[in-house]
Amino acid sequence: MIELKNVNKNYENGTRALRGINLTIDDGEFVFVVGRSGSGKSTLIKLLLKELEPTSGRIIVNDMDLGKMPRRYVPKYRRTLGVVFQDFRLLKDRSVFENVAFAQRVVGVPYRRIKESVPAMLRMVGLSAKYKSFPRQLSGGEQQRVAIARALINRPEVLLADEPTGNLDSYNAVEIMKLLEKINRRGTTVIVVTHSQEMVEAMQKRVITMDRGTIIDDTGAEVEWYD
Amino acid sequence: MISSLGYCLKQGVKNIGRNLLFSLASIATIAACIFLFCLFYAIVGNVRHSAEMAETTVGITVFFDDGMAEEQIQEIGREIGSRAEVESMTYISPEEAWETFKNDYFQGMEELAEGFADDNPLADSASYVIFLKEIENQKEFVAYLNTIEGIRKVNYSSSAVTALESLNKIISLLSAVIIGILLAVAVFLISNTISVAAAFRRQENQIMKLIGATNWMIRAPFIVEGILIGLVGAVLPLAGIYVLYQRTAAYIEENYTIMSGIFSPLAVEELFPSMIGVALALGVGIGFFASFFTIRKHLKV
Repeated sequence: MIELKNVNKNYENGTRALRGINLTIDDGEFVFVVGRSGSGKSTLIKLLLKELEPTSGRIIVNDMDLGKMPRRYVPKYRRTLGVVFQDFRLLKDRSVFENVAFAQRVVGVPYRRIKESVPAMLRMVGLSAKYKSFPRQLSGGEQQRVAIARALINRPEVLLADEPTGNLDSYNAVEIMKLLEKINRRGTTVIVVTHSQEMVEAMQKRVITMDRGTIIDDTGAEVEWYD
Repeated sequence: MISSLGYCLKQGVKNIGRNLLFSLASIATIAACIFLFCLFYAIVGNVRHSAEMAETTVGITVFFDDGMAEEQIQEIGREIGSRAEVESMTYISPEEAWETFKNDYFQGMEELAEGFADDNPLADSASYVIFLKEIENQKEFVAYLNTIEGIRKVNYSSSAVTALESLNKIISLLSAVIIGILLAVAVFLISNTISVAAAFRRQENQIMKLIGATNWMIRAPFIVEGILIGLVGAVLPLAGIYVLYQRTAAYIEENYTIMSGIFSPLAVEELFPSMIGVALALGVGIGFFASFFTIRKHLKV
């Protein structure tokens, strides 16, 4: 479970990115976080990744209070999260297999296990045939699938997706959303930050709407939030 | 653990390949630094070796008061021999002294010496030749000898040893200065190489961080890169110095046999084990510290 209790985040330049955020996301939920640019969505993701510290308030993820977490536990904590970005952030000089394997290599998984888990994960995201390809040889949708495979390979409890369909056409965007739904059905909590009103409406999931650092709606009801 | 280690090693090697020019410049500087270090190490080692040779050949000679009985001389000899500084000592009787003198100065004119047949002119020249364990103690030891009653004269040669000692000091100082400057350049270049590598891998490091790689895992490839640069930078000059030293030593021994009494080059097996150890430690140490502190600065993970 993810809990944010009265979380505020002020940047050094004086911007108040989050103001008194209270939020609970249960295990296995699929949640959209929507809102216009500068509403605080990305700050929320960065706080959950412990890339940033809140100015005040508490963030508790799976019973771990992030504010009290010693720095040396941060890598271990991050392994419980998977993260996907709008720009995929794949390593261009490595194959699909290597990009996914990378996430396991850097946490010290033995290669014999990597050889089994990576093909299975590539099957799950529908990229078995392209394991030897390099990112430049793939479409945007395929690259995002690789990024999702990389995010999931260490079996995280929560998947954070920051604008995962932002660079994709509508066909590929739908496909990626279907994939995220499939992942969610397997028990992973999925939090998707998006601009796509269309996508949110089509998926019929919980929607948290943010505006100027506050949550203005958490019902899924249609709110005019997009740019 | 083994797989992580393998990964870091591989990435370290890859970093060098990606950044070949910078890496080569760093290797060349470290190699120059360590080459000079080894050169001075060999020179200092040999000068010290010569000083040690001098220590074993240059002794202190003690003469006793005129008319002193041999038992008394032996008594003083035992007292001197019991001192910790003494390596060995030899008694030279007046007869032996005269024999040596005759051989040295009356060669071919033995009949002149015959005139002294029954009257040893060196009758009061019984002496002890003393060799010390450490030549540095010579001055104090001579002062001690001069305090002993019955000792007429103490002969010793300080010039050769002092000259070698001061030569060693000058060479050590000069080498320390040059090596110091080169070390600073080497550290700067490695640091630069690591910075470029870190900039090259910025996205990769960012992803590693978010995936949950530990600081160690993110930094290790850069430290491996630094250590490898240092290691190659040490092995190359060591190999060069090995060949150069062997040839020079062989040349000196062949062409300057006349000097063999006062100088003979230190054997390779005596000089190199310690030189290899120090040079490798220096190379790997520079590589490790330069990369460790640079990457700490660049990757606030």
